[in-house]
Amino acid sequence: MVGAASALYATREGLDVVLVDRGPVAGGTTGSGEGNLLVSDKEPGPELELALLSGRLWSALAAEAGVAAAIEYEAKGGVVVASTPDGLTALADLAVGQRAAGVTADPVDAHALYDLEPHLAPGLPGGVHYPQDAQVMPTLAAAHLIRIARTGGARLRTGSTVTGVLRTAAGAVRGVRTDGAEIHAPAVVNAAGTWGGELAALAGVELPVLPRRGFVLVTEPLPRMVHHKVYAADYVADVASDSAALQTSPVVEGTAAGPVLIGASRERVGFDREFSLPVARALAAGATRLFPFLAQVRAMRGYLGFRPYMPDHLPAIGPDARVPGLFHACGHEGAGIGLSTGTGRLIAQALAGRTPDLDLAPFRPDRFERRQEDTA
Amino acid sequence: MTAHGERPRLAVVGAGPAGLAAALAAARQGLTVTLVDAAPQAGGQFHRQPAEGLGARRARALHHRWSTWERLRDGLARHVAAGRITHLPDHHVWTVEREKDTDPDLDPDGTFVVHALRGPAQEEPATVRADGLVIATGGYETVLPFPGWTLPGVVTAGGAQAMLKGGLVLPGRTAVVAGTGPLLMPVAAGLAAAGARVAALVEAAGARDVARSAPALAAHPGKLAEGARYAAELLRHRVPVRSRHTVVAAHGTDRLDAVTVAALDPDGRVRTGTGHRVPCDTLAVGHGMLPHTDLAETLGCAVDGRRVRVDDEQRTDVPGVWAAGETTGIGGADLALAEGRIAGLSAAARLDSRTPDRSSWRSAAAARSRLRRFASAVDAVYRPPAHWTDQVTDDTVVCRCEEVPAADVRAAVGELGAGDLRTVKLLTRAGMGWCQGRMCGPAVAGLLGCELPVSRRPFARPLPLGVLAGATEDPTEDPQPVRPEEENA
Ligand SMILES: Cc1cc2nc3c(=O)[nH]c(=O)nc-3n(C[C@H](O)[C@H](O)[C@H](O)COP(=O)(O)OP(=O)(O)OC[C@H]3O[C@@H](n4cnc5c(N)ncnc54)[C@H](O)[C@@H]3O)c2cc1C
Ligand SMILES: Cc1cc2nc3c(=O)[nH]c(=O)nc-3n(C[C@H](O)[C@H](O)[C@H](O)COP(=O)(O)OP(=O)(O)OC[C@H]3O[C@@H](n4cnc5c(N)ncnc54)[C@H](O)[C@@H]3O)c2cc1C
Repeated sequence: MVGAASALYATREGLDVVLVDRGPVAGGTTGSGEGNLLVSDKEPGPELELALLSGRLWSALAAEAGVAAAIEYEAKGGVVVASTPDGLTALADLAVGQRAAGVTADPVDAHALYDLEPHLAPGLPGGVHYPQDAQVMPTLAAAHLIRIARTGGARLRTGSTVTGVLRTAAGAVRGVRTDGAEIHAPAVVNAAGTWGGELAALAGVELPVLPRRGFVLVTEPLPRMVHHKVYAADYVADVASDSAALQTSPVVEGTAAGPVLIGASRERVGFDREFSLPVARALAAGATRLFPFLAQVRAMRGYLGFRPYMPDHLPAIGPDARVPGLFHACGHEGAGIGLSTGTGRLIAQALAGRTPDLDLAPFRPDRFERRQEDTA
Repeated sequence: MTAHGERPRLAVVGAGPAGLAAALAAARQGLTVTLVDAAPQAGGQFHRQPAEGLGARRARALHHRWSTWERLRDGLARHVAAGRITHLPDHHVWTVEREKDTDPDLDPDGTFVVHALRGPAQEEPATVRADGLVIATGGYETVLPFPGWTLPGVVTAGGAQAMLKGGLVLPGRTAVVAGTGPLLMPVAAGLAAAGARVAALVEAAGARDVARSAPALAAHPGKLAEGARYAAELLRHRVPVRSRHTVVAAHGTDRLDAVTVAALDPDGRVRTGTGHRVPCDTLAVGHGMLPHTDLAETLGCAVDGRRVRVDDEQRTDVPGVWAAGETTGIGGADLALAEGRIAGLSAAARLDSRTPDRSSWRSAAAARSRLRRFASAVDAVYRPPAHWTDQVTDDTVVCRCEEVPAADVRAAVGELGAGDLRTVKLLTRAGMGWCQGRMCGPAVAGLLGCELPVSRRPFARPLPLGVLAGATEDPTEDPQPVRPEEENA
């Protein structure tokens, strides 16, 4: 997704773009996640600013002819639900900070909550409504952004693995080596997601991108029963968590096509692809707790993906000071779909030598190396 | 003896020939067996039984090797009466859980938990605990799309057979049987015997292909005799057999009224100008079978190509898990019986910490190698026409569950850069519906020009989230719904 958005915005900056992937389009984490475009789960700070920028870009893209339907864009809004009065207070506090940062965050009492989501479990104290939260179908979004970039002149090379980064004698990037031909270019953008660390290593630099596994359950298609993206307040805590242990907080959303997606388990178990029944159980239990009617609804399938996460939960975006011509756009963890448009825009601006819309300092790719030196 | 002080417990999933043979062999050796099967009655595909009360005499004539079936059925009844086998029909297994890192000798609960859904709506949870597991879930039919194939009146070959055997209802009066594979002959013969007029048997393989692999096939006099018997039956009922032909389209407005049959050239392309219409109200079509591998895959068993990999004792590479019958490769009922018997005997010994006495299954092992050779010869002959996708028009529905036309699949590949089944599924929804791509997988792979990959399906059956949420509960206790207020309590 991030590569697709970077290719699109770079093409729109007038650059000549070749998009290379070892698989098909959306064959990485993008094809195994969900497509929530969220501001609600982010605390004030650089990530929230990137989310707000991205949200504006998504809605601008969706306004282009045919795009919204093609990528199943829905500006449906999110509802974060508290399960206890204390939880509600904590939520309200978070919302105050988010509002100061420019987020629309409307507290809803118990009564208004059931107007928004009539099928929620009874007895919940309230929550916060975030109208800016939206949704896309990630695979369609990546494929169509690439399709649009190609109509603007970008070239797509699928089934082509990057095996090396070509450098000049002075150390600057001059292209990539693939298992097919070499591709020559003065700038290389690393948008390899969870495998971004490996790609960085090909250029001789370290980038600590690690996998964080996530499961999603998919139900049979239903008429619209869940109107917003709904999750419990503890989700925000899980997102920011540093724990390697399994965390599952229910995130429930209806989709344009009918099935309800239940997502967001988070565990750090490397690249283990084995299906885990305990995780599926925990997701199902969480979802049926929020929406009791789901107990009778059938799970059709489940899938898993590996979020690309970085130790400080911020992506790496921008030029790498260590290798001239090398740019990174990876490590977006559980928000890479949502943050892809902003990331693509920032990367394109940096590539074109323009001042980026946001300060890239917090996203500096080499920030971890410095930190190690500091503590040494 | 196991640590729980009882005879080792074996769960067998699937009560077809393979599962029945395994259950009987293991029970005879002293294991406590639970036979879990989705069907209302034992027998699987091959011995599919007429519903109780419909026991018309014709069923007997339809049943190939009736005596084998009688032997299995009576054996099952005896063991059930003696308490050595518990037969759980109408139990749809959605997953089998392996408790890892536990020593089976120390774990009184056993190593495997078979999770099933029971009841007419498949809503009630049931679990079976066992020390060992035999997967005998058989296979399923593949049908490749062609224009008109979704019309009412078009059924799968197995579907037609099942209607005949199960309900004794004749699906229609004038039938065409088409596709490829050794199942077409018995289906055509069965329809004819039941009184339908079979207007044509249309087989993509050529008589010459069959002749070319004659040496391999001839090594199996029993199988050839079987084939000859069906051929004779077709002759007797004057069923025209068109080899190296294919159905290129089915016609009708509300339901089927005719098909167009055309000749194939040696490269598997339709010969232009050879198409002719055959009026009919039923088309039974099949393009071979694929093994059911979901349960094995979720357990982490190695799958070669499309079949569960087993050793000479029918063991998978996961300790305590055996597989037998068509889940390990399509090969007919006799092969399933032989494999099932070996799996049952091996499990009986291994779960009792003994090395099995291979001489106890010598004749089954001999039959197995003979029949596997036969099966691969058959496999080489019966292939769908190499260029079948040429006939698939853009508006032909490829995925029936999600109603995805071929045009969408082609656009996903051409315009959107998909190159594999998974991406096509995500871009078009082909394979996301109720059957989870079992039906359309081969068709989409064909349109893509790629091999059908092993697909991971964590749930062998769709299951209610409430059941999943409570999947640890004892089946006798109703899972208690957890109320939100309790969360932080
Ligand atoms: C269960 C789950 C739920 C999620 N839900 C959401 C959500 O609701 N909202 C959201 O915003 N995010 C969500 N995410 C996160 C999101 O999916 C990711 O952050 C995002 O997909 C990352 O996109 P990417 O382009 O960086 O990586 P990828 O999509 O993984 O793309 C990287 C690409 O690089 C290619 N590649 C790697 N190495 C090479 C090489 N050497 N040569 C050539 N190509 C190479 C790969 O093939 C891959 O296609 C979720 C993730 C998971 C797992
Ligand atoms: C139309 C047709 C005609 C045939 N004609 C002949 C013939 O003439 N000669 C011949 O030798 N062979 C014939 N066969 C093939 C023969 O039926 C099979 O080879 C044989 O039945 C395979 O036995 P099996 O035990 O491996 O699987 P099956 O007989 O398929 O039994 C598998 C059982 O497992 C159950 N099952 C599957 N998944 C689950 C689950 N998740 N939970 C619970 N239960 C499950 C199924 O309900 C089924 O009862 C024919 C098959 C068909 C379809």
